[in-house]
Amino acid sequence: MTKLVQNAAGRMVPDAINGAQAVPYQGVGKFRPSGRKAAPPIRTCSDYPPDGNKVIESLKAALQRAGLRDGMTISTHHHLRNGDHVANAVFAAAAGLGVKDLVWFPSASFPVHEPQIGHLESGVLHHIEGSMNGPLGDYCTAGRMRGMAVLRSHGGRWQAIQDGEIHIDIAVIAAPTADPFGNATGDRGPTACGLLGFALADSLYADHVIVVTDNLVPFPCIPWQIQGNNVDQVVVMDSIGDAAKIVSGTTQITKSPDRLLIAELTARFCDEAGIVQDGFSFQAGAGGTALSFALFLRDLMRERKIKARFVRGGSTQYLVDMLEEGLTDYILDGQTFDLEGVRSMRENPGHVNTSPFTSYNWHGKGNFASLLDVVVLGATEVDVDFNANVVTHSDGRLLHGIGGWQNCLASRCTILPVPSFRDRIPVLVDKVTTLCGPGELIDVIVTERGIAINPLRQDLLAKLRGSSLPVRDIRELKAEVEEIVGGPPAPPALGEKVVAAIKWVDGTVIDCVREVKG
Amino acid sequence: MAKIGEAGKRGPQVRSDCWIKVELGDELGLRIDLQSKVAGMYGDRIRRQVEEGCRTLGVPHAAVAVEDQGALPYVIAARLECAVRRAGVQPAAELLPPAVRREHGPSAGDRLRRSRLYLPGNEPKFHVNAGLHGPDGIILDLEDSVAPAEKDAARAVVRNALRAVDFRGAERMVRINQGERGLEDLDWIVPHGCQLVLVPKVEDPEQVRAVDRRIAALRQQHGVRHDILLMPIVESALGAWKAWEIAAAGPNVAALAIGLEDYTADIGAQRTNEGRESFWARAQVLNGARAAGVQPIDTVFSDVEDKDGLRAACLEARALGFVGKGCIHPRQIAVVHEAFAPDRAEIAKAQQIVLAYEDAERRGLGVVSLGSKMIDAPVVKRALATVATALQVGRLEADWRQDAGA
Repeated sequence: MTKLVQNAAGRMVPDAINGAQAVPYQGVGKFRPSGRKAAPPIRTCSDYPPDGNKVIESLKAALQRAGLRDGMTISTHHHLRNGDHVANAVFAAAAGLGVKDLVWFPSASFPVHEPQIGHLESGVLHHIEGSMNGPLGDYCTAGRMRGMAVLRSHGGRWQAIQDGEIHIDIAVIAAPTADPFGNATGDRGPTACGLLGFALADSLYADHVIVVTDNLVPFPCIPWQIQGNNVDQVVVMDSIGDAAKIVSGTTQITKSPDRLLIAELTARFCDEAGIVQDGFSFQAGAGGTALSFALFLRDLMRERKIKARFVRGGSTQYLVDMLEEGLTDYILDGQTFDLEGVRSMRENPGHVNTSPFTSYNWHGKGNFASLLDVVVLGATEVDVDFNANVVTHSDGRLLHGIGGWQNCLASRCTILPVPSFRDRIPVLVDKVTTLCGPGELIDVIVTERGIAINPLRQDLLAKLRGSSLPVRDIRELKAEVEEIVGGPPAPPALGEKVVAAIKWVDGTVIDCVREVKG
Repeated sequence: MAKIGEAGKRGPQVRSDCWIKVELGDELGLRIDLQSKVAGMYGDRIRRQVEEGCRTLGVPHAAVAVEDQGALPYVIAARLECAVRRAGVQPAAELLPPAVRREHGPSAGDRLRRSRLYLPGNEPKFHVNAGLHGPDGIILDLEDSVAPAEKDAARAVVRNALRAVDFRGAERMVRINQGERGLEDLDWIVPHGCQLVLVPKVEDPEQVRAVDRRIAALRQQHGVRHDILLMPIVESALGAWKAWEIAAAGPNVAALAIGLEDYTADIGAQRTNEGRESFWARAQVLNGARAAGVQPIDTVFSDVEDKDGLRAACLEARALGFVGKGCIHPRQIAVVHEAFAPDRAEIAKAQQIVLAYEDAERRGLGVVSLGSKMIDAPVVKRALATVATALQVGRLEADWRQDAGA
């Protein structure tokens, strides 16, 4: 029986996860890791073909040769997004081999991965450690998974692998292009996705690494985002994914007037706070509001003749245009969202691959996220202490992964541009349903009804004094929202059972998700 | 046979609205079947609202089905009342949401009317945030954007929106229907904070006067103290011909607008960007309005994507003498305001007057003068407004007084 203990954020969290002891969250920067990093077993090249040809006839054969057996942990990655064919093929093959109680350790899951519910039901899978949304999220939140889910940020996933908190028995890496030696890249091929950074840790730390491709090229595959020297076997499939669902042909900017207003207010805030200066840096994702923010920022930069040193983020044609126009020296890319992004990564030396190690890893000698001048992120809920939720809906259901969200909170200024309510659902609340990011790291909330600055950031408050921007107290904004929607929402009806643990970037448990009744 | 009424919108695509079906019964009280995407958060409140609503409306026995996609309380009230009416019940009382605290006073005939944002009356999802985009006026439309079968539903939504939504200081306008239906529309809006009524397709001043008379009667009946202004819209050859008479139809007419979609169809022309086919009518409306001492207001610009086209159209309208333009999307508002903003020479003149005024205030003088010239109070007021507008659209820095050497 899991015991619940109170962590430093005041949340009750399990002291053990799937039988292993867990450390409750201790506060930002408080937990001190010790010991040495994990490492894969030493291998000898004499066990591998001297001609470098590691191709094997099928995924099933590869899993067999990898020694697949009950209870193992298998990892896959989400760079093929909702077009991924590989993760489903892996567990179909594993089911065919009759193994049980596997742990799936994806870097993220998508609705396309719904078939894993069947494997959870049949016993092939024991539980999932990774983001869960759509049908898997509902399955997990209903309390139907045997084990406890574990949700980590991209940086937290690297940290967990590196620190030996999770041991990957077999990593299966989908590769849009690869050679028989196992060198692999994501920036070309019929299912090109950009980069393979999410699979990098797995290639370095897993006991056994299988590369799966549908575009085998003769050695060497250049560039080698994944090095063949870390790869055990190569499998060729007809198709590793559905190109149309991997990257979009074009990225759409939002037409919603309210989101555009929020994005514009966010850009104007950055300007008035003195953030937009020559040599600055920012991160904005591909979500509607974040993308529009980047466009408003671009207009401002053009007008003032300001150039950024680097831009981080999921890249899109809009960031690529900024790079090509000379508005930034570099794009430090974490994942690529459209075809223009993929092309640019292939052709432009200023468009650089990154990984969760360089960008996000808390247990490293620094990370890029903390060098950013400003980052804009989404949230499902924000409370009056600036704590934010990004994984559950207000009714307690899991609906998003953490992604790089927690890691980005390390930036110099973290802004959450969010609507103050959606339909009738308040985004500004008294207390977030699930705590993902502590309020002390969240500096500004921009809503369509006003901008709330964290009182911890007196410097920002001082800069915005006398501004024409609608700077308001967060409690006042929340009260206004409650007047519109007809009072504060009733709390969700949650059961006792803990269905998922939410990890902080250092591997401690910041909160957990309870079973949702009915 | 059971009497049934349905109102609202249903289906997964619907947002911030609900569908309500009321099936009247003889006894058994109320049976409420609620499906809501916010059931966990607001399910109890919605049930209570439906129960209390049925009591207010005088419906003690009924089966009420609600499919809710996150409708706000004022929308649920409007849908419930409409469903009950459609079931053939004349309600015991209207189902009115509490009125917002702000801005239910009168409007001013000469206030800024650069932008007026059209909102379809029966689409509540567009209402609640409209004021945040800062239009000078918000038009809750009962006319062309509402399907004939939904006119009754739109009336209830618009009435409740007038009461419950904070439009952040935008002038609260309603476009009513033509003819008798339009006069009936007034019953729904006059007691609830409407400040200006747009009268569509006017071809005769008597149409405007009929609206004005009905408003006067309703004001008396409901104790509405403030004037309600009128903006007739000219949308035909005959209307354009009678522009001055329409503009001069009564003291409550504050502005005269032109609507070109119907006008061009009426004269048998295609609407073009250059607008040569409508130049006469626009000039006629403009001069009619100015002759009657009311504001001339230009048509809407309907290509939401074309910001440059919108800017050019506004600059042209301003050059002709119009003071405002219609908007169909909130992102048009800033462009319109910028285009209608005062130019450098106007701003410079206004700055001088404001400085002279402030100087007179400081020295306790009753009279403001610039050089040897005395400045009248309305001129000072206009100069203050010009400076405020210039600041608002960024044509003047906040510290302009320092640069002006004051």
